[in-house]
Amino acid sequence: MVHHNAQAGGIVLSRLSKSFGQVRAVRSVDLTVAPGETVALLGPNGAGKSTTIDMMLGLTHPDAGTVSVFGRAPAAAVRAGWVGGMLQTGSLLEHLKAGELVRLMASYYPHPLAVADVLRLTGAAEFADQLTTKLSGGQAQRVRFAAALVGDPDLLVLDEPTAGIDVAGRHEFWQAMRTVAGRGKTVLFATHYLEEADAYADRIVLIARGRIIADGPATEIKARAGARMIRATLPGADLAVLGALPGVVSAERHGEAMLLSCSDADTALRALLGSFPAARDIEVRGGSLEEAFLELTADDDETAHAATADAAAAALGEAR
Amino acid sequence: MSSVTHFRYEIVRTFRNRIFYAVTLALPLVLFYAVASGQRTATQDGISFPLYFMTAMAVYGAMFAAVSPGARIARDRTGGWTRQVRITPLRARTDIAAKVITAYLIALPSVVLVFLAGVSLGVRLDATQWLELGGLLLAGLTPFVALGILLGYLLRADTLTPVIGGVVVLFALVGGVYGFQLAHSGPLFDVMKAIPSYWLVQAGKTALGGGGWPAQGWIVIAAWTAVLVAAATLAYRRPAARG
Repeated sequence: MVHHNAQAGGIVLSRLSKSFGQVRAVRSVDLTVAPGETVALLGPNGAGKSTTIDMMLGLTHPDAGTVSVFGRAPAAAVRAGWVGGMLQTGSLLEHLKAGELVRLMASYYPHPLAVADVLRLTGAAEFADQLTTKLSGGQAQRVRFAAALVGDPDLLVLDEPTAGIDVAGRHEFWQAMRTVAGRGKTVLFATHYLEEADAYADRIVLIARGRIIADGPATEIKARAGARMIRATLPGADLAVLGALPGVVSAERHGEAMLLSCSDADTALRALLGSFPAARDIEVRGGSLEEAFLELTADDDETAHAATADAAAAALGEAR
Repeated sequence: MSSVTHFRYEIVRTFRNRIFYAVTLALPLVLFYAVASGQRTATQDGISFPLYFMTAMAVYGAMFAAVSPGARIARDRTGGWTRQVRITPLRARTDIAAKVITAYLIALPSVVLVFLAGVSLGVRLDATQWLELGGLLLAGLTPFVALGILLGYLLRADTLTPVIGGVVVLFALVGGVYGFQLAHSGPLFDVMKAIPSYWLVQAGKTALGGGGWPAQGWIVIAAWTAVLVAAATLAYRRPAARG
């Protein structure tokens, strides 16, 4: 059941920043999630997804900026029982059976779902009588999912919920997720699988090196993040001319190498070879999100990197 | 939303850890018989050795029981479960209360078993004296319960085990738990009298005489409890960061 007015205001992160020593894990992130929306936080490892989630849940205090969960501070929203989550770290509680653990979690919430139903839905019923320490990785993940759901929270936060699960298990997980989350819950999940974000989120937020570099409907982001890159050694070429080639979204210079971010790599490659026959060492890189991020954000020093991140934002388009 | 389930499962978890429970119960009994059987007529600190050593071993077992929630807290933290629980509406005080209650639930049978062993070696007290002795032991355990919780929130599981063992042994040694006292006068004796385990071991003599600890005993127990509870509260409030 959705509690009346509980979801008013959605989730609002405003100018959120967090550093760990020299590492600026999250840099001035602004993000709004509307009530009932399913949003994917997509980015490579170390992008700042988990730190952002920790601040949203009140597990980590931000250095600057604010978080509002349905109009309240994270700690207050958690106390009200509005929040449920699957965190990335997490062995289960020892010396308890899987079913007992889910029942324990249910007891913490004011309006929990029926434990038996949740166990069935998440596929955890078959091993409900086993001790948590005897479960396989996939089974433990189901129990963790059941534990997150059983309180019937308005906001579900899932930090890489399918990490370590095989493809079939991943599919089942999202089937169950849809059944439950379809009932008006606000869902935010972190992932580094583009396909997962595309298939299950209404909206994708791309995050890299602590910054949001794009935010928009899943289809739009997928097209951009999945863009191919052409890399070629081409000393002295004019960036503006390269950027204007058909199929090219943007061009960057890395020493003698040119990096073209393409909406249509085939067309772009033909045009490149036609206009610049001197181009050599040509590589066309495909689709992997991780690679795209690395290309767009890899750089040695901090300042150059910030500039690249901005270029990446330009390349991917600020959809906000 | 009710705390009953949380309390119940906290207790279930403790008692499912059978080896820990068996060792906590058996160790003071084994030590008691091994040492006191041959010294039934001896005296120590002005009372019969079996009474002295029975109290000491009850203290020993109870101290290990009292700090034991610390090990569970550290394992839950290191494994990441603590983070999971902190995003639920479970209140910290409910969680801590459950830990305190289970500590006493382990300590109580341990104390009773050692008392029975004492009786079997000729220790005789009247009902009031037994109750007073038991009551003083349970009251004097509070700083050790707080200490276990403090260390549980401070240390990782792998460092906690040796640290907590070492700390209990040190308190035991200074308090006179091992059947002898480090000093009977002078500065070292003053230090001993500022340590809660000293007053715990003294509970045997105190109960025999009746009337409870002198003011200094209560002040030492209360001061250690206050400081350790405050420190444990601070340790609990540290952000539950990853890793």
